[in-house]
Amino acid sequence: MSDTAPLHDAAPMARDYSLTGPSGTRAVEIGLAAAQWYHSDVPRKMFKTLIKRRDGPAMRDTAIWVGLHILFAAGGIYFWGSWLCVPFWFAYGVLYGSACDSRWHECGHGTAFRTRWMNDVVYHIASFQVMRNPVNWRWSHARHHTDTLIVGRDPEIAWMHPINLVLKALAFVGVVETWQSLRVLARNAMGQLSPEEQTYIPESEWPKAIFWARVHMAIYAVVLCVSIGMLVVGQGWASIIPILLIGGPRVYGCWHFVMTGLLQHGGLAENVIDHRLNSRTLYMNPISRWLYWNMNYHVEHHMFPMVPYYALPKLHEQIKHDLPKPNTSIWDAYREMMRAVMRQRQDPDYALRKELPPTAQPYNEALHSEVPERSPA
Amino acid sequence: MPWIDACAVDDVDEEDVIRWDHDDRTYAIYRSPDGAFYCTDGLCTHEQVHLADGLVIDNEIECPRHNGVFDYRTGEALRAPVCVNLATYDARVEAGRVLIQID
Repeated sequence: MSDTAPLHDAAPMARDYSLTGPSGTRAVEIGLAAAQWYHSDVPRKMFKTLIKRRDGPAMRDTAIWVGLHILFAAGGIYFWGSWLCVPFWFAYGVLYGSACDSRWHECGHGTAFRTRWMNDVVYHIASFQVMRNPVNWRWSHARHHTDTLIVGRDPEIAWMHPINLVLKALAFVGVVETWQSLRVLARNAMGQLSPEEQTYIPESEWPKAIFWARVHMAIYAVVLCVSIGMLVVGQGWASIIPILLIGGPRVYGCWHFVMTGLLQHGGLAENVIDHRLNSRTLYMNPISRWLYWNMNYHVEHHMFPMVPYYALPKLHEQIKHDLPKPNTSIWDAYREMMRAVMRQRQDPDYALRKELPPTAQPYNEALHSEVPERSPA
Repeated sequence: MPWIDACAVDDVDEEDVIRWDHDDRTYAIYRSPDGAFYCTDGLCTHEQVHLADGLVIDNEIECPRHNGVFDYRTGEALRAPVCVNLATYDARVEAGRVLIQID
């Protein structure tokens, strides 16, 4: 792997990640916004089999997901007052606070189920669990796919320069993000959308965004009232159980989705139009893959967002000759990413540039001056 | 309005779509699961993406970039992020050819 290539546009400028600032304007001017991205070749006939929708896999996974919620919550409550409750709450927290992110994501794309209402139901439940306004985030994610890691255009860049490692570490316990999410929901519930939200949410959708924010905040208010009520009637520490069940897992159970989510684009290039340069595919253990719904195949997902999660391994087999070699594990990916991140803290223009196999097409350099690096044939 | 010969019936698989360019404009021609043909504008109304690269399920077309969904029979936008309906055009089959009536 080469680690030499600054892939940014030549003109040095301070990072401005706002969607209403000069970076976004410049991205539009130089053709980085809504650009034509590189796609690996997949024959149409094969592609049609890959994108074929079924209800079965997501129904099975959702039944397991819901069943485990009930099982672990019951165990946590049954063993309340004993240390035996801890592993139950730990598992419940991950199912609620981490698996929700991948369910939100896949159902937001509408690819998990063939039946649209099933996607919508799980999408709303998962949006609530992950504390995201289901309207705002549907649109922000559409922008993320149009302009992945384009500075000033993508509202979902996780690693913004200069990188604050303290905030990144705190993300694993969700305190800051939960507070920020609740503030956004509260603001939306009061009928306000920020200027940035207004750039990517059509005006016709604003009433829906406000409605769903009110629904979410109303549920949290009820949970808080129940908890306070239990405290008042002398339930003591058990009065925290409603919060451990609803809302709390976004704090104590989010670590897995943060761990996997930071790997998606961390240490890779901004302002490029080839997902092989700004996204990471890695192999991981089957439990993490189930929680994450195969989003470890992240280059593949960005190239072909129509492919459902259960077909991503097949897509990977179909195009891996055209992709950088995947990281072999979460640990391997973190070692690679953190080395790059530490360097980016000194030099924000630095980005990992993975070597392509000899069977791959060169990187899409249409808007860049870099020469692709290839393995010897 | 004249009917324009667009393609052969066999050029479009059942429950699939192809791109058809005519007079500097691009269209999408669909064949539904029951064998009927339909035609719409070729580009998604959300962002300018060719719908012919998308997925046909029953009577709906899903945009390949953001998974927005239209009913290709009526052009109605069914699922965000598409909000604006697609223009549709009459289609008919004659002697094994698909004819489209462009406004």
